[in-house]
Amino acid sequence: MSFKERFFLNFIKDERWHYLTDGLWVTLQVTFFAVLIGIAIGVIVAAIRSTHDKLIDKTRSPFAKLILKFFNTIANVYLTVIRGTPVTVQLMIAYYVIFVTSNNKVLVAVLAFGINSGAYVAEIVRSGIMSIDEGQTEAGRTLGLNYVQTMFYIVLPQAFKNVLPALANEFIVLLKETSVSGYVALQDLTRGGDIIRGRTYDAFFPLLAVAAIYLVMVIGFTKIVSLIERRLRKSER
Amino acid sequence: MKKIISLIMVVAIMLCMFVGCGKTEQDNVITMATSADFEPYEYYENDKIVGIDIDIMNAVCEKIGMQLQPEDMSFDSVIGAAQTGKADIAMSGITITEDRKNMVDFTIPYTSTTQSIIVAHGSAITVKADLKDKKIGVQINTTGDTQVTEEFGDAAVDRYQNGALAVESLKNGKVDCVVIDGEVAKALVDANEGLEIIADAYSIEEYAIALQKGNTELLNKINGALEELLADGTIDEIIAKYITE
Repeated sequence: MSFKERFFLNFIKDERWHYLTDGLWVTLQVTFFAVLIGIAIGVIVAAIRSTHDKLIDKTRSPFAKLILKFFNTIANVYLTVIRGTPVTVQLMIAYYVIFVTSNNKVLVAVLAFGINSGAYVAEIVRSGIMSIDEGQTEAGRTLGLNYVQTMFYIVLPQAFKNVLPALANEFIVLLKETSVSGYVALQDLTRGGDIIRGRTYDAFFPLLAVAAIYLVMVIGFTKIVSLIERRLRKSER
Repeated sequence: MKKIISLIMVVAIMLCMFVGCGKTEQDNVITMATSADFEPYEYYENDKIVGIDIDIMNAVCEKIGMQLQPEDMSFDSVIGAAQTGKADIAMSGITITEDRKNMVDFTIPYTSTTQSIIVAHGSAITVKADLKDKKIGVQINTTGDTQVTEEFGDAAVDRYQNGALAVESLKNGKVDCVVIDGEVAKALVDANEGLEIIADAYSIEEYAIALQKGNTELLNKINGALEELLADGTIDEIIAKYITE
């Protein structure tokens, strides 16, 4: 078969390109909402962990210590379990064990990938918070801001700038990790390519097309992130 | 010191590359691409791949004086492996279809089977016609998948990695039924409570071995052996060993 015929067979015949566009839409949905959940969980867990690390030796009230320890332990268990198991296994557990009655595969995937990503985001954000010099916090407190205000107006904005490259990295990984969605019969981009491959028995075109689409998405995303980074650098000096 | 270490590293990397190249190309070994999650045709028992297909192919190999080496992969990749010549043959309960004939050469069929419909006890589905407007679970890229997709459209089909996951979803009520090869359906129903196969089969089809297009020498050898084994009843014996009606 000629190049043209194979292209026709893989993408045009029986409107097979639909598998790719529909799959792309699913991949984008899952990634977008998983990123949102990941950021939400990540910031909360990072706040708990860094507050614990910063305040545990300073506070004298035993009650406050207990509260800090309690939440820190929960956060630690979450991090250990999520980072200690593969995302594919987590996704399958979510679909076949936890959300047994749910038929909404996109929702299950969003939750599974979001909860997974949250653990990594948490550690990235925490590293950002810890990287800000203690003097910044002390300066804030001296100016009369309380702990939360100092965190919000002084530490976090600087931390965000430091962690942006690492965060972008995590989201690129997340986008590509959604390619295991097929395990729960969710037709994402990769699975769309697999289905075409199963119909045409041609590995070349579907796989390269899928790879190219992921690549274009990641390049576009990287571009956006570098624009944000440049914008953020304007405040320096 | 640094130089010595980097030299060792370079040598190690090169060795790895050479090992990677050294695919064992022995003349008397037939590599067989198969998806060992398809009881009773091919499945794992005590860490070894066993089943009807393996036994039949071993008998064929004995006749033509070769050795069989099964390689387990996703069913998804089995035909591709034969098509590209990565494996000498693909044998994994593969149904002969017109589409597949364009990609690989098939031997003569060695057995036939049905596509069965699995439902939960007390399901509203009792005949094939009831499948309309239902959610149907299948194993991805099996003939069950292609036939159901063609008849009921893409939206009606949930494609799972293997039959066990599809049946798991049937038990959880995520799909209304599962369409899969007959013998596999029996094994799945035996292994899971509360499921049954309806009497009405979805379709009937024939299994054959797939080879890379143009590999006529091996194709003729295997066909010859299969004909003898079919004639003297060996294949029936093998099937009877695994399938008791």
